[in-house]
Amino acid sequence: MNTFNDEKPRVIMTEHKIVNNNPTAPTVLDDQFDVKKFKKIFRIVIVRYENNEMEFDMIGIHPFLANTFRRLIISDVPSMAIEKVHILNNTSIIQDEVLAHRLGLIPLRADPRLFEYKADWSTPPNEKDTLEFELKIKCSNNKDSSKKESSRAEDIYKNPNVYSKHIKWVPIGNQKKKFKDVEVGPIHPDILISKMRPGHELDLKLFAVKSNGKDHAKFSPVATAFYRLLPEIKIVKPVEGEAAYRLQQCFSPGVIGVRSEGDKKLAVVKDARYDTSSRNIFRYDDLKDAVVMSKIQDHFIFTIESVGAMQPDVIFKEAITLLKEKCLSLLNELNS
Amino acid sequence: MPVAQLAGSGTTNEASKTFVFQSEGHTLGNALRCIISNYPDVQFCGYTVPHPAENKMHFRIQMYNGKAIDALKRGLEDLVKVCDITLEKFDAEFQSFTENHTVQN
Repeated sequence: MNTFNDEKPRVIMTEHKIVNNNPTAPTVLDDQFDVKKFKKIFRIVIVRYENNEMEFDMIGIHPFLANTFRRLIISDVPSMAIEKVHILNNTSIIQDEVLAHRLGLIPLRADPRLFEYKADWSTPPNEKDTLEFELKIKCSNNKDSSKKESSRAEDIYKNPNVYSKHIKWVPIGNQKKKFKDVEVGPIHPDILISKMRPGHELDLKLFAVKSNGKDHAKFSPVATAFYRLLPEIKIVKPVEGEAAYRLQQCFSPGVIGVRSEGDKKLAVVKDARYDTSSRNIFRYDDLKDAVVMSKIQDHFIFTIESVGAMQPDVIFKEAITLLKEKCLSLLNELNS
Repeated sequence: MPVAQLAGSGTTNEASKTFVFQSEGHTLGNALRCIISNYPDVQFCGYTVPHPAENKMHFRIQMYNGKAIDALKRGLEDLVKVCDITLEKFDAEFQSFTENHTVQN
């Protein structure tokens, strides 16, 4: 089974079980954890960075560290979200508590590093720990007679839909000077909050505070943060002709290519990175022995999808800084 | 705030101790455990979150020789070093990445 005769720690995915491949040299995984060695071996390679998504490889790292970073990103890095809603008037059909919950889940654009945690809810909101917003909207009949024939709610009524863009920021204290208008507010303008009909009215005061994902998922700075192991595929027996195309179909698009050699069509591995490690290959008796699928156990493909308040690279750095500060404060306590 | 305090058992025995971390969980517990259990003087190292509704983590260290608290301190120091190395490597890579690619925001 040991078809990979190399130094990489890997598991081989066979039809009914997963087997460990014995590497020719000791690897990060069976070594004792050692900071000096870690510094030497550990590598980070950024692969993709677009909009709010970052994909990078962490190579030569223990799984416990990758998991610690992931956990920190999801539940320890803070962000701002609406926590308290003062309902002055709500005559729409959506209940107060449901409305307040919906508002809480709206992602806000605001740099949490510029705010403090609200220590005490009995004190009034101040410029350092709270962002205040206002949602004041009323639905009425549209007086514009040119739209009379229409049956669309948007034409016959004014404000039939309440969107997140209707939330207006109310600066407290020096916030007006500290932040520009574009720096604070809902990230997406088109989140539907409620539908209304003439006579319905909303008059709300919203208070956003800083907290982390442990408190409530709405405070998590990421949509998701996850890692997976790098897959590697090896074709051990030549696969030709019709079988080559069948083999290609068994894997994710772009993983297997078909190369022409003379009048022969030969299957080759193009890029195994984005393979989903599906087990389709085992449906074909003639193909299942031609391919060995494996995963490299110290090569983590880490993906961070930010909600939008902070860039993914900032979130990653924040997570590590948080862990570091946590350790330093504990050390401080132990030494005193 | 996180307070590391000593639980009842073995006040006279410096080699084996259980530390209680307030408002910490698996994130710190597992990371520390993995680092500390590899030290040559450590006989046993483990952690538990005794109850999910209680926001605390118990951390047990038993030593062949030396003090348990020293292993804990060393573990925390090593974790700080790991954080520094990761930050350093990430910054270097991010810089070279942004120099070669245009990052879309």
